[in-house]
Amino acid sequence: MRRTQRRLLGVTALLSVAVLTAACGSRTGDTASGGGGASCVDTSGDSVKIGFLNSLSGTMAISEKTVNDSLNLAAEEINAAGGVDGKKLSIVTEDGASEPTVFAEKANKLISADCVAAVFGGWTSSSRKAMLPVFEGANGLLFYPVQYEGLESSPNIFYTGATTNQQIVPALDYLKEKGVTSLFLVGSDYVFPRTANKIINAYAAANGIEVKGEEYAPLGHTDFATIVNKVKGAGAAAVFNTLNGDSNVAFFKEYKNAGLTAEAMPVVSVSIAEEEVSGVGVDNLAGQLTAWNYYQTVDSPTNKKFVEAFKAKYGADRVTSDPMEAAYTSLYLWKSMVEKAKSFTPDDIKKAAGGTSYDAPEGTVTVNGDNHHIAKTALIGKVGADGLIHTEWSSGQPIEPDPFLKGYPWASGLAG
Amino acid sequence: MEALFGQLFAGLSLGSVLLLAALGLALTFGQMGVINMAHGEFMMAGAYTAYVVQGAVSDAGVSLLLSIPLGFLVGGVLGLVLEMTLIRRMYHRPLDTLLVTWGVALILQQVARDIFGAPNVDVKAPSWLSGSVDLGVAQVPASRLFILVLAVVAVGGLSLVLARTALGRRVRGVVQNRDLAETVGISTRATDKLTFFIGSGLAGVAGVALTLLGSTGPTLGTNYIVDAFLVVVAGGIGQIKGTVIAAFGLGLLQATFEYSTTASLAKVAVFVVIVVFLQIRPQGIFSIRTRSLA
Repeated sequence: MRRTQRRLLGVTALLSVAVLTAACGSRTGDTASGGGGASCVDTSGDSVKIGFLNSLSGTMAISEKTVNDSLNLAAEEINAAGGVDGKKLSIVTEDGASEPTVFAEKANKLISADCVAAVFGGWTSSSRKAMLPVFEGANGLLFYPVQYEGLESSPNIFYTGATTNQQIVPALDYLKEKGVTSLFLVGSDYVFPRTANKIINAYAAANGIEVKGEEYAPLGHTDFATIVNKVKGAGAAAVFNTLNGDSNVAFFKEYKNAGLTAEAMPVVSVSIAEEEVSGVGVDNLAGQLTAWNYYQTVDSPTNKKFVEAFKAKYGADRVTSDPMEAAYTSLYLWKSMVEKAKSFTPDDIKKAAGGTSYDAPEGTVTVNGDNHHIAKTALIGKVGADGLIHTEWSSGQPIEPDPFLKGYPWASGLAG
Repeated sequence: MEALFGQLFAGLSLGSVLLLAALGLALTFGQMGVINMAHGEFMMAGAYTAYVVQGAVSDAGVSLLLSIPLGFLVGGVLGLVLEMTLIRRMYHRPLDTLLVTWGVALILQQVARDIFGAPNVDVKAPSWLSGSVDLGVAQVPASRLFILVLAVVAVGGLSLVLARTALGRRVRGVVQNRDLAETVGISTRATDKLTFFIGSGLAGVAGVALTLLGSTGPTLGTNYIVDAFLVVVAGGIGQIKGTVIAAFGLGLLQATFEYSTTASLAKVAVFVVIVVFLQIRPQGIFSIRTRSLA
């Protein structure tokens, strides 16, 4: 009996270690092939290969599958309209399996074995950081569609999601404009929330906003009674939420049950999009705020077309969200770059990229040639009773990307 | 003062959640010695039962009350099928059981994903369970109070069954000395099946309760399985009262640490406390003394 117990305890401990390492494991890819040799992209025929690299299995599949869907929609549309520079797109799909090392490996395969002209995908920062040396080493091109924590700029990556000054900073501007003088920060315990909160703290210090508390929950944390108790006790004017995944459900249920409301203490979230609303429950989210650059409800002719085409292809009950739109946009941006450069070669595309613009569903976006991010309009949205997010405030015009926050005096010292 | 009582309640509430998650395990793992990694997926099945029932019965209150027995049935039947097809073939191979049930857990998760889709689904709480209740010393969320009561009822019911019924006597007999129980004419096969049915059914009930607090998705169970095993191991194998004390003890410990430090650190601290405790007392809080040679 005693021996079995010991063994069982060992197994339990092993399991928890496995869970922990899975949560923080992000080895940088060691598969980067050296030397920026000539690309092997074949453009002689009437088609050209591109790669889609999303997690179609594992924990991230739930989110990345939606990005893969909108990439396929964009490719289909482009092919129906005659392709890119007269060449039809032929798609090579690879599964990143929610594992940074697999992303690096598959990126390498796409560039060197499949000879694709560009790769579209990635979601977590760890997957991007694992792929970065691969793309720089082989001089490939990656289009990354998700908002992230900034402080990065690679000549071989185009970032079509928001950097911090296009999402977090505008959200803080909005709160300040609304007269919010104190904040409580709640986030998951990993790189994005910690970096975001560093920025929020610097902003708050410079703008007379008091940060009354800062709490982190391990990824997958399911019991928010204590954190909500702390939020309640601190009495801040608003909560800034950088929680990720399932934790949001537990947090918002607890928040509502503790008697906290969107009217008395609004929560601004940066990881809750249309796709997540139904899982958290509209009842628990109605009236709360989000910060993104696109909502399904954005009123533009391109968006109307995008939403209609998406629903027609994947079902009327599907919704479109910011990362999906950024992925859709990334393929069209690449198309414009190729047509501007009149070449599929990464070096020519990089030279031609600056100033390329596309009339995206979110509005007009323009590529910044220096840091390879794109100028985007920031939108603060409010979750409606219909489960969609409605624009509450807009920055009015596209905000130039500033991944290292050089243009913000209060942020000096953050970039390190 | 309000914060103190609020926090005390948070600890008790977390304890009751752990207790609900671990109670069925105390039976299948504690009493029968089966390491069932799919226990969490039985909870997930219970949670989806609540979702399906809510689709059929629009009134959230009625559907919740209906879901509890139905969740028990769904979890129990899944457990029974697992026991009859796989587990009974490997009663004396705990590590094989662990691997096989882990595989079953992954299959069940994928099945849930295929049926209900990968995103979480929303189970609405009845209006009488949203908002908070004023207990005089603190405002406590009604849903958490409900779960606390449910956990107490479940433990009471299970203890009553084990202590007072013929079935309970048979279960205890088989746990204490399987060979002797067989010689006096108890069908250990039938007892095993029933015990597994009840243990898995309790997982289903836990799943229904968890829809009030957290997300309802394919991976719901994986969030709780490690904690549930910890509770049973710390409580002592073979005793329900050990599980109860361990669950509330760990809940209060986690809440206290979390209040004075952070959630991540509290998790580490609780692990350390358990490891140290088990070094001193490897048999857990309580253990059964038997004359069997096992």
